Amino acid sequence: MNNSNAYITASCVIRDQQVYRNGSLLWQHTPAVELQDFLRRGYDRFSGQYPKFHKMDPLSKLGWLAAEVLLNAAPVEDHLPEQVAVVLSNRSASLDTDLRYYNTVKDIPSPALFVYTLPNIVIGEICIRHGFKGEHIFFTTGSFDAQLVSSYAGLLLSGGLATACICGWVEVMDQQYEAALFMIERQQREGSALFTADAIMDIYRQPAVKI
Amino acid sequence: MADLKTQIIEQLNLQEVKPEDIGNDQPLFKEGLGLDSIDALELIVLLQQHYGIRIANPEQGPEIFYSVRSMAEYITANQKQPG
Repeated sequence: MNNSNAYITASCVIRDQQVYRNGSLLWQHTPAVELQDFLRRGYDRFSGQYPKFHKMDPLSKLGWLAAEVLLNAAPVEDHLPEQVAVVLSNRSASLDTDLRYYNTVKDIPSPALFVYTLPNIVIGEICIRHGFKGEHIFFTTGSFDAQLVSSYAGLLLSGGLATACICGWVEVMDQQYEAALFMIERQQREGSALFTADAIMDIYRQPAVKI
Repeated sequence: MADLKTQIIEQLNLQEVKPEDIGNDQPLFKEGLGLDSIDALELIVLLQQHYGIRIANPEQGPEIFYSVRSMAEYITANQKQPG
């Protein structure tokens, strides 16, 4: 699908304890720590004052943190809440949390874990934080499928169902994690790039390349 | 009640709250500590795991979990004595 009437106005990539925004390294944490510790430090660095963060599962924490960083660079006040869509994807769905929940079932099932046994909960957490009420969907694919994600986001934008779309990849499985979020808007902004599958794939692969 | 506050903080993952931040009579839900319905379920789990208490009548929930003091009183009245 041709997404030539939309633009990538911001991006955030998080992997290997590094946070990139718009292609530039924004923050990295050393030495190596467990994922939960890294996420907490990222929360302290980029946000704070949102106690519900601590109750989230690692998948939601990662997606939520990536959205914080992304939206610092791409204010969404220009868009109606109903016009901001979220299209995310990953490989492991909510399996990381499913397994931890399953382990609690042997004793007393944890309600707090149970509510995160769906991958699209991360979208809900982002929407609650920022007040988004637009269309949303979560795909599970073996690897980041830029074509699929960009096609769906492009459909929402070109069909008038959204004026902005946060799309990308949020994956967590045990200590393996990776997030790549893109802010797509119909309006061009300074420093933005034409929205295509190749363009978001390039940013996903090479976070050091500035858009 | 200090131990109970610590247990509540751990069970509910209230990482930015210290035991001394929770008043004995402060409401736990809504305008107080701001807990939600999932937290209520976790408090039920806490009573079961730490004190072996099962709440037979769910309608008692709001009364039992109104504050730390009301929880402590319920635990004292319902905890089985060892031996």
